[in-house]
Amino acid sequence: MPRIGVFVCHCGSNIAATVDCAGVAEATRGFPGVVHAADFKYLCAETGQNLIRDAIAEHRLNRVVVASCSPRMHEPTFRKAVAQAGLNPYLMEMANIREHCSWVHADRQVATAKATEIIRMVVAKVARNEPLTAKQVGLTKRLLVIGGGIAGIQAALDVANAGYQVTLVERTPTIGGKMAMLDKTFPTLDCSACILTPRMVELSQHPNIELRTYAEVLSVKGFVGNFEVEILQKARKVNHLTCTGCGTCWQKCPEKNVPSEFDVGMGRRTASYIPFPQAVPNKPVSDTANCRSVRHLAAKERGEKLMECRVCEKLCPTKSIDWEQKDEIIVDRFGAIIVANGYDTFDHSVYGEYGYGKYPDVITGLQLERLMNASGPTKGEVVRPSDGKHPHSVVFLACVGSRDDKVGRPYCSKICCMYTAKHALMLKEHDPNIQTYVFYLDIRAAGRGYEEFVRRVQEEYGSTYIRGRVSWIYPQDGKLIIKGEDTLLGRPVEVEADLVVLATGITAASGAVDLMQTIGISYDTYGFINEMHPKLRPVETNTDGVYLAGCASGPKDIPDSVSQASAAAVKVCGLFSQDYLTTDPMTSVVDQMKCVGCFLCEEVCPFRAVERETLRGGKVVARINESVCKGCGLCVAACRGEALNLKGFTDQQLLAQVTALLRA
Amino acid sequence: MSVLKFASTDQPGRNGLLALVKAKTGQDVLACYQCGKCSAGCPLSSAMDLAPHQVLRAVQLGQRDLVFQSSAIWLCVTCQTCYTRCPQEVDLPKVMDALRSQAIQEKIRPAERTVKVFHDVFLGLVERFGRLYEVGLIGGYNLLARQPLASADLGLPMLTRGKLELIPRRVKDREQIRAIFKRAAELELEEITGQSVAAAPPASVPS
Ligand SMILES: Cc1cc2nc3c(=O)[nH]c(=O)nc-3n(C[C@H](O)[C@H](O)[C@H](O)COP(=O)(O)OP(=O)(O)OC[C@H]3O[C@@H](n4cnc5c(N)ncnc54)[C@H](O)[C@@H]3O)c2cc1C
Ligand code: SF4
Ligand code: SF4
Ligand code: SF4
Ligand code: SF4
Repeated sequence: MPRIGVFVCHCGSNIAATVDCAGVAEATRGFPGVVHAADFKYLCAETGQNLIRDAIAEHRLNRVVVASCSPRMHEPTFRKAVAQAGLNPYLMEMANIREHCSWVHADRQVATAKATEIIRMVVAKVARNEPLTAKQVGLTKRLLVIGGGIAGIQAALDVANAGYQVTLVERTPTIGGKMAMLDKTFPTLDCSACILTPRMVELSQHPNIELRTYAEVLSVKGFVGNFEVEILQKARKVNHLTCTGCGTCWQKCPEKNVPSEFDVGMGRRTASYIPFPQAVPNKPVSDTANCRSVRHLAAKERGEKLMECRVCEKLCPTKSIDWEQKDEIIVDRFGAIIVANGYDTFDHSVYGEYGYGKYPDVITGLQLERLMNASGPTKGEVVRPSDGKHPHSVVFLACVGSRDDKVGRPYCSKICCMYTAKHALMLKEHDPNIQTYVFYLDIRAAGRGYEEFVRRVQEEYGSTYIRGRVSWIYPQDGKLIIKGEDTLLGRPVEVEADLVVLATGITAASGAVDLMQTIGISYDTYGFINEMHPKLRPVETNTDGVYLAGCASGPKDIPDSVSQASAAAVKVCGLFSQDYLTTDPMTSVVDQMKCVGCFLCEEVCPFRAVERETLRGGKVVARINESVCKGCGLCVAACRGEALNLKGFTDQQLLAQVTALLRA
Repeated sequence: MSVLKFASTDQPGRNGLLALVKAKTGQDVLACYQCGKCSAGCPLSSAMDLAPHQVLRAVQLGQRDLVFQSSAIWLCVTCQTCYTRCPQEVDLPKVMDALRSQAIQEKIRPAERTVKVFHDVFLGLVERFGRLYEVGLIGGYNLLARQPLASADLGLPMLTRGKLELIPRRVKDREQIRAIFKRAAELELEEITGQSVAAAPPASVPS
């Protein structure tokens, strides 16, 4: 027999002002099963909780209804309170008479009557509540980091230093990401490689970190604490266990004309290559699309003839070249995932007015970084790609592929104002005779020392900033004519330039959407990851156990990317500090006798909680993985055979609620 | 509207106009970040062809014609409102003054000719009487601007109401005023020739 206690809260005057709380308590005394009712000013206060605990003991209550605010506020508080009095916490229900009643009504009489009815329904429900027990599952204390840019590197190091095992998966042959491509970094102008490469080396030598470059994540199954991940290790055609990174193969490779991804097409590389001298790992991969030997093998299979090469194989002192090496799939288990797949820069070839990406002397900011870099394709000499001459007049265009609805990028890329100012300053350092122009819309330089930096570039370095978007660039007599408007003066401007640099904006990394779908996390229209909460949970995704860091969730500079990485690492460490995870028991359950195996539930479940089970008779039915189920109830609504029920919200409970209201 | 053109060898960031203003006033016009606060508060800006901040913008871009032919530099009354309020502490009135003196030196007249006429008549009267003589200003300006009867409808009622005096008033010590003008002319000459013109200033006149 249920012995129900009803507790009506005044919430100061939040409820009491419009609801006669004592009257409501009095009215509930006549409801079926209610043996005790009381009202109190603040039930959530320690004294209020004591009142409930004492009443449970005194009146031998086995069900409790707290009529107060939304369960979103205090459900954990009152569950804990009744548990302390020895009651199963799921035998407590809350009746929301604040948000659903006192706050939205003015008439005291009506509000009092409505509050009474709300409680009547909840009393009918709680009488049918069953004790539920939260389950505990173990967890694998190993982290998977996807993406080896500065964000991924920082997160991996932080978690590894806390003593946990980390696997970092990077799809290119080296870690470092975009930061490795940069020359100097704003606003302090420290050399990018000098501050990055020590971290890369530390990572590669860390006993707790397994590094998998030239690899990608194929599939993710499971749930927080217990992810099962398939990783594709692409064939390098080089055995990294025996290779010493001596450099013979990439020095001797005759295929020297492959555009270098690392130099963003400004330089060339060989087919067997390391992307840059400090690459980690410092061992080559043979790019199968361009390697002459691999192409020879493929041609042979097709019955065609092609010259064999095998130079590297013949010259490698450790016999590490392995033509038979195949792509490999590795299956591993992880407790948490940090997604740090970074960004790409906007492809400016959509702009016909800027030459469709076809004018050789119109380059991007990232390409300029490579030209300015001492280990870049020109050894740090800034020259025009068309004729190798030194430029006198260099024009920068800000906001290319940013703040432009027409190309589907209404957002500001946040870092291009700063990197453009950096470029203007550094060009002047390279050659004091260079005149730079920056066409901009607004200057966005929010950050410590950032605004001061941009002022310095204009005042000390004499960069001419012109407010206005460039409308047209066209070649004339070996130079480029840039047409724009100085909106400050209200006059058209025409600049004759030797070199034009486009500050192309930040877009989601290529393949980002596929990756998000593989992992099962939500992303926005641009392919950036959505945070669990943009302010209060900025490094969590909407899937438990999956975190984010860096430009994967939108434009960020290095300090922001690193801060996020460390924040995500703390979240992971917090998770790994537990020995088991408690799961919410309010999940759905299958009545396998009723299940007809249509698997509509499987289709609708957004969390992939529905599994298939074959019964002894051969019948295939649904089973809910309680660790994954979030209790959203979609499957219950979808199930045609009423085989599914949601614990804590069973059909019987809900029906009792409705009946109580209708019968009253 | 004339196009501002920059050849690939130009150096607007180091242009001659910037250097000139710097030499004459010590002001770094590149410090101006074009917020427009000066123009917003300037009592004359509505009458100017270039607002005060645009004068600076033209200096930043080395646009000599735009600057020297503007009426703005002549309309500025050196009230200091802009300078008092400028967040970047650009001494705009000082810059305006330097631009005026340069225009005189180079004999460049503003596109709006009468603006300079007013300036000349005004200063001429101050030099003679030590203060403003309104009737002289109206007469002289109208004559030189070749518009003898302009604003006559305003002049008569002002006369009858005693707002204008026909006889000029003079300040007591006109010697001092002359000395100021003399010294200013000397300083100007010094600037042009680069040699100091030795003239011990009268004790009470700031040098
Ligand atoms: C021209 C330019 C100049 C800049 N200058 C500065 C500066 O001076 N100062 C500053 O603070 N910031 C600067 N930035 C910004 C800086 O580059 C970024 O803040 C920083 O690189 C972000 O790091 P990240 O790790 O988030 O992304 P990334 O550096 O993009 O790293 C992401 C990594 O993930 C890998 N990856 C992507 N997808 C997958 C996948 N599916 N599987 C596995 N791996 C994957 C990528 O290969 C890459 O290695 C500049 C940016 C540009 C474009
Ligand atoms: S940071 Fe600056 S250049 Fe980049 S999109 Fe924003 S306003 Fe434009
Ligand atoms: S209740 Fe929701 S999360 Fe749970 S199995 Fe059903 S659909 Fe999936
Ligand atoms: S107030 Fe100062 S900074 Fe602003 S526009 Fe005028 S001179 Fe420039
Ligand atoms: S000093 Fe000149 S520019 Fe400045 S507010 Fe006064 S009149 Fe205008």
